[in-house]
Amino acid sequence: MITSIKYHFALLFWVAACSCVFGQNPVPARAQQSPFAVTGATVHVGDGTVLDNATILVSNGRIESVGAGGDVPAGYETVDASGKEIYPGLIALNSQLGLVEINSVRATRDDREVGLMNPNARALIAFNTDSQVIPTIRSRGVLLAQATPEGSLVSGTSSIMQLDGWNFEDAAVKADDGIHVHWPNRNSYNWLTGRIIPNERYDEQERELEAFLEQAVGYCGRPEGDGERLLKFEALCDVIDGGAKAYLHAEEARDIQAGVLLLKRMGASPVIVGGYQAHLIPEFLKREGVPVILGSTQALPAAQDEPIDQPYRSPALLADAGVEFAISHEGYWQQRNLPFVAGQAVGFGLDYEKAVEAVTLTPARIAGIDADYGSVETGKSATFIVVSGDLLDMRTSNVEHAFIDGREIDLDNKQAELYRKFKEKYDRQTSR
Amino acid sequence: MTQRLRPVLLPAFLLFSIVLSAQTTFPYNGVYDQADRYYAITGVTVHVSPDQTLENATLVIRDGLIESATANGEVPRGAVPVAADGKHIYPSFIEVYGNYGMPEVERSRRSRSDGPQMESETEGAYSWNQALRPETDAAALFTIDAKAAKAMRDAGFGTVSTHHHDGISRGAAAVVTLAESSDNEVLLKRDVAHHLSFDKGSSGQDYPNSRMGTMALLRQTYLDAEWYGEGDRRETNLSLEAWRDLQDLPQIFEVEDWQNALRADKVGDEFGVQYIIRGGGDEYQRLEALQESGASFIIPLTFPETYDVSDPFAADMISLAQLRHWERAPGNVAAVAEAGIPFVITADGLDKPGDLHEAMRKAHEAGADERTLMIALTTGPAEMLGIADRVGTLEKGMLANFIITDKSPFTDKATIYQNWVQGYPFEIKSLNATELATAYDITVGDESFVGEVSGDPGSQKMTLSTEGDSTKTDVSYSESGGVLTMRFKPEGEDGYYRITATPDGEGYSGTGRDARGRIVSFRATPRTGNDSGNSRESKKDDAEASESEEYVSRLTYPNIAYGLPTMPEAKTVLFRNATVWTNEEQGILQEADVLVQDGKIAGVGQGLSDRGATVIDATGMHLTSGVIDEHSHIALSSVNEGTQSSTAEVRMADVVDAVDENIYRQLAGGVTVSQLLHGSANPIGGQSALVKLRWGASPEEMMFEGADPFIKFALGENVKQSNWGDASRVRYPQTRMGVEQIFENYFSRAAEYDRAMRAGEDMRRDLELETLAQILNDERFITCHSYQQGEINMLMELAERHDFRVNTFTHILEGYKVADKMAEHGAAGSTFSDWWAYKFEVDEAIPYNGALMYEQGVVTAFNSDDAEMARRLNQEAGKAVLFGGVPEEEAWKFVTLNPAKMLHIDDRVGSIKVGKDADLVLWNDHPMSIYARAERTFIDGKEYFNREENEERRLALGEERNALIQASLDAKNSGGKTQPPRGNSRRLLHCNSLDHHNEENHDH
Repeated sequence: MITSIKYHFALLFWVAACSCVFGQNPVPARAQQSPFAVTGATVHVGDGTVLDNATILVSNGRIESVGAGGDVPAGYETVDASGKEIYPGLIALNSQLGLVEINSVRATRDDREVGLMNPNARALIAFNTDSQVIPTIRSRGVLLAQATPEGSLVSGTSSIMQLDGWNFEDAAVKADDGIHVHWPNRNSYNWLTGRIIPNERYDEQERELEAFLEQAVGYCGRPEGDGERLLKFEALCDVIDGGAKAYLHAEEARDIQAGVLLLKRMGASPVIVGGYQAHLIPEFLKREGVPVILGSTQALPAAQDEPIDQPYRSPALLADAGVEFAISHEGYWQQRNLPFVAGQAVGFGLDYEKAVEAVTLTPARIAGIDADYGSVETGKSATFIVVSGDLLDMRTSNVEHAFIDGREIDLDNKQAELYRKFKEKYDRQTSR
Repeated sequence: MTQRLRPVLLPAFLLFSIVLSAQTTFPYNGVYDQADRYYAITGVTVHVSPDQTLENATLVIRDGLIESATANGEVPRGAVPVAADGKHIYPSFIEVYGNYGMPEVERSRRSRSDGPQMESETEGAYSWNQALRPETDAAALFTIDAKAAKAMRDAGFGTVSTHHHDGISRGAAAVVTLAESSDNEVLLKRDVAHHLSFDKGSSGQDYPNSRMGTMALLRQTYLDAEWYGEGDRRETNLSLEAWRDLQDLPQIFEVEDWQNALRADKVGDEFGVQYIIRGGGDEYQRLEALQESGASFIIPLTFPETYDVSDPFAADMISLAQLRHWERAPGNVAAVAEAGIPFVITADGLDKPGDLHEAMRKAHEAGADERTLMIALTTGPAEMLGIADRVGTLEKGMLANFIITDKSPFTDKATIYQNWVQGYPFEIKSLNATELATAYDITVGDESFVGEVSGDPGSQKMTLSTEGDSTKTDVSYSESGGVLTMRFKPEGEDGYYRITATPDGEGYSGTGRDARGRIVSFRATPRTGNDSGNSRESKKDDAEASESEEYVSRLTYPNIAYGLPTMPEAKTVLFRNATVWTNEEQGILQEADVLVQDGKIAGVGQGLSDRGATVIDATGMHLTSGVIDEHSHIALSSVNEGTQSSTAEVRMADVVDAVDENIYRQLAGGVTVSQLLHGSANPIGGQSALVKLRWGASPEEMMFEGADPFIKFALGENVKQSNWGDASRVRYPQTRMGVEQIFENYFSRAAEYDRAMRAGEDMRRDLELETLAQILNDERFITCHSYQQGEINMLMELAERHDFRVNTFTHILEGYKVADKMAEHGAAGSTFSDWWAYKFEVDEAIPYNGALMYEQGVVTAFNSDDAEMARRLNQEAGKAVLFGGVPEEEAWKFVTLNPAKMLHIDDRVGSIKVGKDADLVLWNDHPMSIYARAERTFIDGKEYFNREENEERRLALGEERNALIQASLDAKNSGGKTQPPRGNSRRLLHCNSLDHHNEENHDH
């Protein structure tokens, strides 16, 4: 426990450590050995509430209690977090973290399988815990990520991973949490001419998707052993009985509606991913009980005539309309900016705690891991971060400690190592 | 080249021509029987020219020429009389922009997977570039195309200036008529005009693949041709010879829109050439600038069909700009005429020549008067092409090229009966054809019917019904030589009636057989009270009424969503009580005032006052100088030429696109100045453009006046084409070894070129080497796209060998490794705050890069290279505080003062200091906070963005969109043609954006 260690001291510790681990990711933290308490911080619980001067007791990886004030029992080490902010570990939904290492190098990409129907492609299997990108992401407070296959029309099955694991098995928090359906594009964009034209094959693709899902419903309803084993349909059975989520990637209002109705017909529980126009159909989404994983706020408006700040404002519009939503960001290395992507919405009318919830508890609820993750509450996993400042604002977003299941994880990363290495180069020059 | 006839010679020419023109060099088989086509058309209104009309006149033509047009004239003895009582004769139209009789243009079928085509595939001693085809001679290519000729004649054309629409230089046009007698007779004149365009046409050669590359190629061709003609050269170049020969002709340049018209005009101006512009039909959007260009225009009448907006979601694809253009395009002709810009009209671009009439009527309804339209299709083109002595009017001695109509083809729905070309009559519709009345009382034997007629003459339909019964029977009928043949099966009868009838003065009468084969008499008497004359008049009233109708759409600068209704003016403004980030020694001032006068900062301090000033209460707000983006690709039509390892000759200033909504969006992020860079596809890219984001201004007006010129260089994976696929293994270089050699080679050559030019040797002016020599002479400065330390060191050392400095490394993600050397060399670093991992060469990029460079004394900036991120560069500056602990005041300079220093404009912008430009941003919060919003953005003291006004504009544009959609639905419901929604969307250009690659590539 480095509870009383100040920031610069931590730096020295890293310098000492770096000579032996350089070029490698930090060693995953040990399971929690002894109970500890974090005191004095302002806790952003994740459900919209804030606790001032709170004490959090943690043992065996779980939060024993959390509340304002409160004594620290004997035998607990104490982390004095006075004046600091505590947030649940952020959850990056719809990310390719661990699936892609260097975007332009094909050999390092494992996010997209060939063909249109890949429900049986499992991101879990390709998730690389030794990705050098991962430590840079968790150093910004993102502790869990949904490893998500890309593609169309059914890109594959995602899994929820914690970001401090030896291998994909022990990193998996929830394996195979859902499949990803990408609604066909109604329009195709000719990049050469700058023209958007209707996708001639839209109807055909929609029918193809519908027929595929209907086949799966039939397949999954068969008695065991009746007919040949078909992996693609088998992969959908969990979704059809509602055990796993059906993530519907769709931006336009009419696609969202059509997709939700289709997925509900087959018995699935849909979640919208992207949802650029979700703010236009709040009543539909509430009636159907469908949550939305909004695409990044740090994006351009979808069209010339759109409000110039539409992506910034969409979260506030959904919040005002009472639609359940999470906020996400694109890609893999980009996920380190997830806190700011949430903060951006605060600048355009979203309540601060709501923004926190949209990257913590709501994603946990959507992914079905909220019994353990997503908020700093008694009985849940001790997965939270300590920040000296405002997590959502880059001015002060200094993440000092991060805990996953009560394990304090190493926030060092390749980039910090390189920083120290070249600081050392210049320090030697000045000391010469 | 044929000498143009001087007017004084004209009468003599005409005398001889009458006698001799019938002579040809061709032998004749048999007994010669070619009459001299001597005709007198009587009883007509002859519209001799736009200024002269003769009522009840006789037009006499002979041997293909006009002999006379006289009011109440006699039919000369020997002439064949043609009675056309009550009809009108107009000079037939002249198409200035035809491709009649030309071979098809075959587009190159090369695809990306074929790899680049570095050299021309034209065989022979022609230009190095396949798109330069000045040797093309339309006269030599021309051959009569009867089918195309008929289509154009039916539309009223008689004469065409035709050229092969292929390439950047398309060679010489030829004037031909639409007669079909012989190629030799219809070809009137060769070498009429030199045609140019920005379109490579059939050329599959890589260079040029961008608009600025095309413009550079044009410039160099002018220079090459001049050099070629000035002495004995070691090459014979038939293209340059042809180019030189074409220079005294009218130079006609085809463009797509008003911005490209200005681009073409700019190139012309540089070489003393005034192009005639074949425009895009959107001239009304920027009349002033086009008028100033001094160009005449050839305007197409291509109006967008109504968008089918029935599906509300599909309609979302259509932009307000598209809807506006749909409404206003027909008014373009009137607007251009009103502005006094000389112009003619072309049918080029229409689906078929016959669409011209409806388009003209629309233009007329939208305000273009008859005389204007007539000039634009007759005397205008004739004068433009230097053939006004042959065609365009019906004066004596002109070619007998005219049409016979029932009314004005410019303003009314006219019928063209005959089109005469070189004295050859072509019948389109019989002069004697009877137009049916709208309704007849019909008796057949003992039966009585009502016949109702609908549709236009020539394609009228008739139905039959019994009085009082709504059941209608279709009548099949045909009319030939005045004889009407009909067939119909009345309701309740088992067989057909078959009738023939002829006009009887009132209606028709005749005989036929009834359903049982018995002979019956037939009579059709027109019903009175609803004759077509009345309905026509009421139609005309409608047309006049619609002229005075207001447009639903607004016209803004630029004419897209969020355009400004008027350009902002510089005001005296006093910001009171702000937190002022001066970027000067005073640091951050609390509760301070800033005074702006005449576009400049006039005062900074406490308690300022100015009686005339607009006071802005900035209590609780932050005032900063405008954000400067050192690396941007917005507001550009193209980014990469990139087809050769050096394209130093291309200029981004050529392709600034003032109609980019990202300009406005970035003003809303506090950006006021952007350096618009060439891409990173090749080691030596193009010349940079520095602009202020003056939303609504023309590209020229956006330029940052008097700034030092820069050029983009690039290193690493992009210039090696590492990520472009296996087809891209042809163009040099493919390794970092080759990259260095390219630089070494070009700078050596540039130095030698510069020496020779200074020594006054007989040299061809080379725009590429000239640009590089400017670098050697410290007259131009480098912004170099770079990633890895080795290549950064390489370029600095190479520069030092050639005795110059690398001004700026951009991207420079490994700058932190060599920051000490950069500081020593004097290079600045403009980087991303935190990008990495997107390609191999950024594997060791770190977000502390900015801080480390800053600490080593490198002038450091954060740039965007991205239309999205540029909207929040203020936040990116905040990341320099987060990663590496740069003091806030210094971090803020990363996006303001430091880029100004790199661009050598810190004497003008980058801080809040008396005398500097009033480029100011008022923020609602600490400017580097994620929560900060730019509330108001000023450039030169003019307010270009105001968040409250933006909100009003957003609501207003929603209303305007809706009004236009309602108008579209009205137009659809009243039977107008529609087109399915087709959207326009801007390509988001990055470093790697290649114009010929059909995909988006984010690997910066």
